[in-house]
Amino acid sequence: MTTNTASADPTRPGAVTSPGRAGLSDRVFRGLSLGCGLLVLVILALIAWSTVREAWPAFPHEGLRFFTSTRWAPSAEVFGSLPFVYGTVVTAVVALVLAAPVSVGIALFLSDVAPRRLSRAVGSLVDLLAAVPSVVYGLWGVIVLAPWISRIYDTVSDVTSPVPVLSNLLAGPSTGRSLFTGGIILALMVIPIVTSVTTEVFDTVPTMAKEAAYALGATRWEMIRAAVFPHSRAGIVAAVLLGLGRAMGETIAAALVIGSSPQISARLFGSGDSMAAVIANEFGEAGGIHRAALIALGAELFALSIVVNVAARMIVRRRAGER
Amino acid sequence: MSSLVLGTVSRGRRLRNRAATVSIWMSVLVAAVPLAFVVVYLVKRGGGIVDWDFLTREIPISSRLPGPGMGPAVLGTLLITGAATAMAVPMGVLAAIYLNEYGGRGRLAGAIRFLSEVMAGVPSIVMGLFVYTVWVLRYGQTGVAGALALACLMLPIVIRSAETALQLVPTALREASAALGARTSRTILTVVLPAALSGIVSGALLAVARAAGETAPLLFTIGTVNAANPSLLEGTNTALSTQIFVNARQPFDAAVDRAWGAALTLIVLVFVLTAIARVVARRFTAR
Repeated sequence: MTTNTASADPTRPGAVTSPGRAGLSDRVFRGLSLGCGLLVLVILALIAWSTVREAWPAFPHEGLRFFTSTRWAPSAEVFGSLPFVYGTVVTAVVALVLAAPVSVGIALFLSDVAPRRLSRAVGSLVDLLAAVPSVVYGLWGVIVLAPWISRIYDTVSDVTSPVPVLSNLLAGPSTGRSLFTGGIILALMVIPIVTSVTTEVFDTVPTMAKEAAYALGATRWEMIRAAVFPHSRAGIVAAVLLGLGRAMGETIAAALVIGSSPQISARLFGSGDSMAAVIANEFGEAGGIHRAALIALGAELFALSIVVNVAARMIVRRRAGER
Repeated sequence: MSSLVLGTVSRGRRLRNRAATVSIWMSVLVAAVPLAFVVVYLVKRGGGIVDWDFLTREIPISSRLPGPGMGPAVLGTLLITGAATAMAVPMGVLAAIYLNEYGGRGRLAGAIRFLSEVMAGVPSIVMGLFVYTVWVLRYGQTGVAGALALACLMLPIVIRSAETALQLVPTALREASAALGARTSRTILTVVLPAALSGIVSGALLAVARAAGETAPLLFTIGTVNAANPSLLEGTNTALSTQIFVNARQPFDAAVDRAWGAALTLIVLVFVLTAIARVVARRFTAR
């Protein structure tokens, strides 16, 4: 891109033309804008510092058990975060298993399949999907989706009950508010981000490679497998990681549909709880050590999200560097 | 076009190609159907309750009571989102100016850019907790606390979109301005910013739309009220998003109806902002 060279140049002329007087107003403006840039750094550092400080009372109280214990009982002042980590991971994984193929499909549709006019309409569709606030998905999920889907869950668990592993995973009965419903709602919310990153990646596939594949007689699917996918593997992984980060931190919709019971259970159709959801649900009534424990959960979630996002950005970076 | 080729393609390959095409179309459908359901339900359940009274009257004290009233939440959402915009947009644009006009490819600019991308991935509930720990514990729950949390959420989005808009301004403009003897700061303010304006505005509007729909950062920062509170600095406040969250889990039909009404109101607001942003952006790219 030619625009990258633009950024280095403009500083020079100003400094060359008027070294003396230009100094002050320029330096003030530059300082101001640098200050705003550094704000990002300051906020991130403040988040880490302030949440850990407020969470601190929970650590002497719980020690390492906070990370390893599976029991969360605020009334008994026992705080183990593992059930929430479990719920967060399970719902996020369900969401990505559902969302990743759909997103890749939509991205392929946009880049290689759709007629131009339709591709614009589908692009708007993805934007709309992203624009719906998560609380609206949550409202729909808890009032419309959960009661309806519980019947489907019951049918599925009846059908799979003779199968060894599946019978545990998919056992009933279900109220509809469950880890799996949480995963479905989260999937809707991560589809836009995974799709948009994947589409960007697919757009960078060289036309030459595609045409070469067609020239060799490949069908469209063979062209996609031979030219598009090999070029985009790292980008798709990064897109999925970004989706994972989004799904892990998603709060309100999960809080409404996940069922809110802090347990580690293999039953996907049973209720669970996630880190973000339990903070949203319990923080209002929490005091003392309970509040500190919830803030500690927040700090843990912050750390997790940083790890996932940094990993995703590194992959995106490396790809951009190769280009 | 492909039919010419298909004649020479074996049956298995043709079938596989067909299957792939069908699944690609299906994936679009899979995403479209739930969205359609959400919109239909919003219009059906919310359309019956939203009218002028609903948008302006107070929220009933007891959520059991039927009848309209989301006025305080409408006002709260507008005020809080407005205040967040007033904080995040100028700072975000200035940060983007640093990144694109001063920092360029330097190491510091690279670090800020990277961290701002990471910041965009910080869960919104963590932003709420953050503002709770540094602000609410000292100054209590107010509208401005919620605005701070939303501003933190918007900042990285604004930085990113504004930087993209600045990158699209041709270097020749900056060089021409410098050749006329303008200082860098003057070039930026009078030449670069106006040229990038519509891109910046459309990006900022998308950030506003995102912030207006956010619930988690507001949950512990603004509290709740039943009567409109026009002050951001004093007293607790409320917003459409938090009202939806609270009312959705009430066992009373009246409360759930109000949740649907609030959801319809909120989504209309968000979609209007998104639509304006698209129009502005399109005008930008047309030039």
